[in-house]
Amino acid sequence: MRLSILDRGHGVGAKLLFAAIRAFSRQPAPDTVKLVTYRPDFFGDNMKRVTDEAMRGPSAWSVGDRELMAAFISNLNACEFCIKAHTAVAARAYRDDARPAAVLASLEEADISEPLRATLRMLAKLTRDHALDANDMRAVLAAGVSRTQIEDALAVSFAFNVMNRLASAFEFAVPGPKAFEAGAKFLLARGYR
Amino acid sequence: MTDIRVARRALIARVLEGDGEAARSDRRAAYEDAGLTGALAALVGKVAMRSAEIDDADFAAVRAAGLSEDQVFEIVVCAAVGQAARQHDAALAALDAATAAS
Repeated sequence: MRLSILDRGHGVGAKLLFAAIRAFSRQPAPDTVKLVTYRPDFFGDNMKRVTDEAMRGPSAWSVGDRELMAAFISNLNACEFCIKAHTAVAARAYRDDARPAAVLASLEEADISEPLRATLRMLAKLTRDHALDANDMRAVLAAGVSRTQIEDALAVSFAFNVMNRLASAFEFAVPGPKAFEAGAKFLLARGYR
Repeated sequence: MTDIRVARRALIARVLEGDGEAARSDRRAAYEDAGLTGALAALVGKVAMRSAEIDDADFAAVRAAGLSEDQVFEIVVCAAVGQAARQHDAALAALDAATAAS
């Protein structure tokens, strides 16, 4: 972490949480947890609400689809921690390790539905160019994606365009695969609250 | 469908208008990626547009300019939330335009 307060500036409650994470998962608390528990009233508490609603709220997209969108956006933002974290959650949610990896390697060649592919194409343009126009949205609608599905995908995009920037700026430590497996298990069981 | 509107509004209102160590005017400027100068403008601009390129020197420069770690934390959060919100709003406007015309 580039700010020492995010490593060591937490209150007693957060420190107890870090100890519990170490005890149960046999892994140190990930830097995402350290970020959202540092002065949680300023940022973390509200961000957790946004992220939990986007990723686990009622949606026509499955949890696996939304985790895949998160990994895909993270890949475009070149955020290594978030790519690995959400690739692991998507693989676990889909019970398929190959699909998230295939989408990140080549969106156009991956074996996914056309509505999901069209949605990811739109998210790619938004993340890369920071803008979209009506024609981009017409292409997604024409692929059979509903307006509410697009709104749900944009909610995922909002959450991860915040978190990718913060993970890169604060330089989240990237742990080994076991830590991401433990994290994925937790995020599927408990969500983002 | 999911509905992040209430939570998004609360997130933005808190970081911009609530109590903090950084001045509200600086938090607002970071959120808008506009009106800052020097090292702070450089860091905020990178958070908004090229976050993968941020390095230790960017943080050292804002600390050398006199900002505390808590002030940097707040400014970076505001810059990240601001850019994500602009992209989200632009996409929702494009969706409105696409569905209004069809």
